[in-house]
Amino acid sequence: MSSSPEGQSVSLGRRSFLVGLLAAGSTAVGALLAIPLARFTLHPILSRTTEKSWSDVGNVDEFQNLDAPVKKLVMIEQRDGWRKTVIEKPVYVSKDSKGELIVLSAVCTHLGCAVPWVEKENKFVCPCHLGMFSLDGKLLGGPPPRDMDCLETKVEDGVLKTQYQFFRQLTRDKEELA
Amino acid sequence: MPANFANDERSGFRQWLDRRSGLDSLLHHALDEPIPGGAKIAYVFGSGLLFLFLSQVITGVFLAMYYVPSADHAHTTVAYITKEVTGGSFLRSIHAYGSSAIIIVLLLHLTQTFLYGSYKGRRELVWLAGCVLLALMLGMAFTGYLLPWDQKAYFATTVGTNILSEVPWVGNALKKLLRGGTEMGTLTLSRFFVLHVFLIPAFIFAFVAMHVYSFRKAGAAGPVGEDPGRPKLPAEPFYPKQLVMDMGFAMLIIVALGFLAYAWPAELGPKADPSDTQFLPRPEWYYIPVFQYLKYWRGSAAVLGILVIPGILGLLLVGLPFFDRSLERRPWKRPISVGLFTIILVGLGGLGFASHREDMRNPGVAAQLKTQQEDTAQFMKTKFEPELSGGSLMSQNAALSNPEATKGKAVFEREGCNACHGDNGIGTSAAPKLVGVGGKYDKPKLQALLRSPTDKMTAGGMTAVELKEDEMKELVSYLDSLN
Repeated sequence: MSSSPEGQSVSLGRRSFLVGLLAAGSTAVGALLAIPLARFTLHPILSRTTEKSWSDVGNVDEFQNLDAPVKKLVMIEQRDGWRKTVIEKPVYVSKDSKGELIVLSAVCTHLGCAVPWVEKENKFVCPCHLGMFSLDGKLLGGPPPRDMDCLETKVEDGVLKTQYQFFRQLTRDKEELA
Repeated sequence: MPANFANDERSGFRQWLDRRSGLDSLLHHALDEPIPGGAKIAYVFGSGLLFLFLSQVITGVFLAMYYVPSADHAHTTVAYITKEVTGGSFLRSIHAYGSSAIIIVLLLHLTQTFLYGSYKGRRELVWLAGCVLLALMLGMAFTGYLLPWDQKAYFATTVGTNILSEVPWVGNALKKLLRGGTEMGTLTLSRFFVLHVFLIPAFIFAFVAMHVYSFRKAGAAGPVGEDPGRPKLPAEPFYPKQLVMDMGFAMLIIVALGFLAYAWPAELGPKADPSDTQFLPRPEWYYIPVFQYLKYWRGSAAVLGILVIPGILGLLLVGLPFFDRSLERRPWKRPISVGLFTIILVGLGGLGFASHREDMRNPGVAAQLKTQQEDTAQFMKTKFEPELSGGSLMSQNAALSNPEATKGKAVFEREGCNACHGDNGIGTSAAPKLVGVGGKYDKPKLQALLRSPTDKMTAGGMTAVELKEDEMKELVSYLDSLN
């Protein structure tokens, strides 16, 4: 280390330049390393974790002579990071105004309660806030903002299949949740 | 330089902070360390090691965000990190290759310190703390190797822990203690995890502090001609030149690691299968010389080879500053110690080479190692398969609610399919798993493959399956249900 006053000021000037250089260099390298770390951390938030898949509802034959909606349990696979869980979700098989088979999610579009079919009243009545829907899921009255959610369906080898999904509550339009 | 408040040019905040924290004098103390004879590239290895250790800590903490230390889930979670998580393969590779980098830089640091005689002149504590750190780092490498719970991790650690039972009297007790039982299992994994993540790192932090503190207390030793006790050469402060060199070396390390991790990501093999009797375990490269050395000691001589000789060598290494009291530092004036050091290094290299040559010369071994390499490559290619949680409605046997498939399972077992493909079609080293095969091929294709296997299947030992029509249907139905 220099001890003369001039030497000290020279070394100080050179030092502050190098401080800047080192600071800039380490910030750049640090930022570069931080990117993979941030992406790694955000992976479950930024990537879609649950893939849509088709679940069996039942044989088409058993729904041919429907006069009221039938409750069915469909098996869906839920991804939870590195594991998957197979759970059952209730759906209703019914017919629309044209007589085509439809599959309705039993989740109320109001606040997400499970909606049962009430035989006596010939309509769906949500037990939480008395939202009411017709046999094809059309909103009849109560607080729900929209009809019951229709799920996509297809028929394969005589088996009715559906793509179970979750939708956002309280919105006028059907909005899919990942 | 001591803070001069008379003409203090520092900003108000710097002054405020310094008067409360002493930050400036701390920085001054850290950066103005005098180096007799000036900065040199040869001195970068110590700070390079510190940098690598911090990189291991950071990447390790992030990996722990997804890792689960249990024999049931460890492999799945590492596969998830490697195959699914964004940047997961990259981070895991940096961590895996970082351990190799630490061993390399440790050897360079040790060699430099030894050749420069920098352990002389009241530097016994620096040396001792360094020796402890060397052992701790080797412990980190050993414990970390098991955590992915793949075939090579499992079998290399089985062999590694078996060596302990050679220790007279207490060997078996030690082995049991480390494994958490007589056999390798989920408790072994928990113990290794705790050692790798909590215990050893805590000791490393403590000994790094001791190493650096006692190093600063003794001062830098300078070049080989310098008096280790009373330096005479003009000193240059650590900052800026040495710091720039140290940081340059750190950048070199991280660029090299980043490149390796990007170009050749660290692999993960198939999940550990304790029932496998074919697998040939090989440790990580830095343990290969020890692995080879241990092969030469059999029976009653084992105690000599496994305990006495390494004990003497370890004692020589640890006690070096106590045995070698002369202040002579120039390597060409210290033929005995430098010669011995060179012989040991060359010996280790030779053992590594001998191990490789033995493996390549034995056709059976070479073929098995190749198969293992191919299994790993194959596993890396397959898509990540999430683990079915215990709370699921469906489990392996629920698939057998189908009566045709239940009959098929009986056919599967009667025909001995499970001998190669494993019970429930989980696969063995002899044949691939059949779980999920129904997703790959439809039933007619499965039946066709069973009746006339492809050339590749035949080469792997698969024979054509001849069954009555209804039994074939049941078998296909069973295969289809495996998922």
